[in-house]
Amino acid sequence: MSYLRIVLHHLAKDLKLEWRSRDAITGMLFFSLLVVVLFSFAFDPTAAVSRQIAGGILWVAILFASVTALNQTWTRELRNHVLDAQRMAPSPASALLMGKVLANFIFVTFIQIVLAPLFIVFYNLHALGQAWLLLLILPLGTWALVMNGTFFAALGLRTRNRELLLPLVLFPISIPALLAMVEATTGILTGDVDPVLWMKLLAGYCIIFTTVCVLLFETILAAE
Amino acid sequence: MMKKLLWLWGAASVAALVWGTRLALFVAPTEATMGNVQRIFYWHVPSAIMGLIFPYVNFIAALVYLGLRRKKPAGALKADALALAAAEVTLVFVSIGLITGMLWGRASWGIWWTWDERLTTYLLLWLLYVSYMLVRRFSSTGQTHTLAAVISVFAAIDVPVVYMSIRWWRTQHPSPVFFGGKDSGIDPSMMPAFLWCLLGWAMWGVFLLCLRYGLERRRQTIAYNTALRAVEVGLEGNA
Repeated sequence: MSYLRIVLHHLAKDLKLEWRSRDAITGMLFFSLLVVVLFSFAFDPTAAVSRQIAGGILWVAILFASVTALNQTWTRELRNHVLDAQRMAPSPASALLMGKVLANFIFVTFIQIVLAPLFIVFYNLHALGQAWLLLLILPLGTWALVMNGTFFAALGLRTRNRELLLPLVLFPISIPALLAMVEATTGILTGDVDPVLWMKLLAGYCIIFTTVCVLLFETILAAE
Repeated sequence: MMKKLLWLWGAASVAALVWGTRLALFVAPTEATMGNVQRIFYWHVPSAIMGLIFPYVNFIAALVYLGLRRKKPAGALKADALALAAAEVTLVFVSIGLITGMLWGRASWGIWWTWDERLTTYLLLWLLYVSYMLVRRFSSTGQTHTLAAVISVFAAIDVPVVYMSIRWWRTQHPSPVFFGGKDSGIDPSMMPAFLWCLLGWAMWGVFLLCLRYGLERRRQTIAYNTALRAVEVGLEGNA
């Protein structure tokens, strides 16, 4: 089987599992909704203020929400020793990672599609820059978070306190990506800053860390 | 013999630090604009430099560990002990750099902290090494070394990216004092104090590194012997 087909098999399996339980999506959706509501209570923003802070709130909400789902993503492979079977399988280890990353990417993108209208309503948003660029920034930012997040969730899989360890490792490493996402989004909402520079940084971050994750995943999976 | 040499080295590093601090406090001229406050420079810059050198030791040791892990497990364990020692020494120096920097910033800029390129990168370096230590602490015995080595690789890649990104963002920290162009550099009369402090902190760092390395190697030996004994007991039990 070609590499791509193995990835698609993993993806199909993860989508099917999620379709049957809907745990990750429901959890993330409600969690991010709560964060959005809580922040709007905490800041009580007017239209002008909300343009300044909405980018940050959106990404922090997505970051927190995806951590809740990412913590679960490998745990379901532990049941019935599925992960041990995966380790013995002759297929390349990184295909397993890519399948999971794609699945998580789809879940988080779904959350964003649902969350976006709510966000616009709650924060009275009206972008002053080129709003269509958000269609590039959102997938790039999501990819950066999900790629590293899935990798570190696998890294923390057999550690004590693994639920706690994921954010502790993921947040520091994601700081440049988070800065780029927030700056680019705020730039579009306020129309003050040119977001292209930040999008380039984000794209570079995605390329670099996707490469590193794919290269090192086998080491993580086989760590004993 | 090694032990005596090490303690001699430690004593020499303390002596160098004492001498450097004496030069810094009493001999070096008072700086024109900042006055006596500037004297913290003689501790801040050397420890900041050391905080940027020891991560390389950690990174290289981690790469060696990942390379040797399968072929020469015994050599790989040495590399891992070195990586751990370097990570802890890094944390010490970065903490000193951050604290002295904050004190100096409060006195000369009027603020404790600002999110500029070098401060933010340096804080991130600190955060990354704290999470490195946490991964080591939380992971179960067999896989600690590998997981930590992977984190170390990620940290090494992340720091330059952060530096670039914050550079685009904003900057307040003075541009590099050394090798920073024509007008950079300090007055020659300040040089002896600075160099002695740099030497003292470097020697002190190496001293700590060796001590911690020796400690970790002993811990590894004990863990190895305990595991071996457990296996022997198990075999005798079966016989």
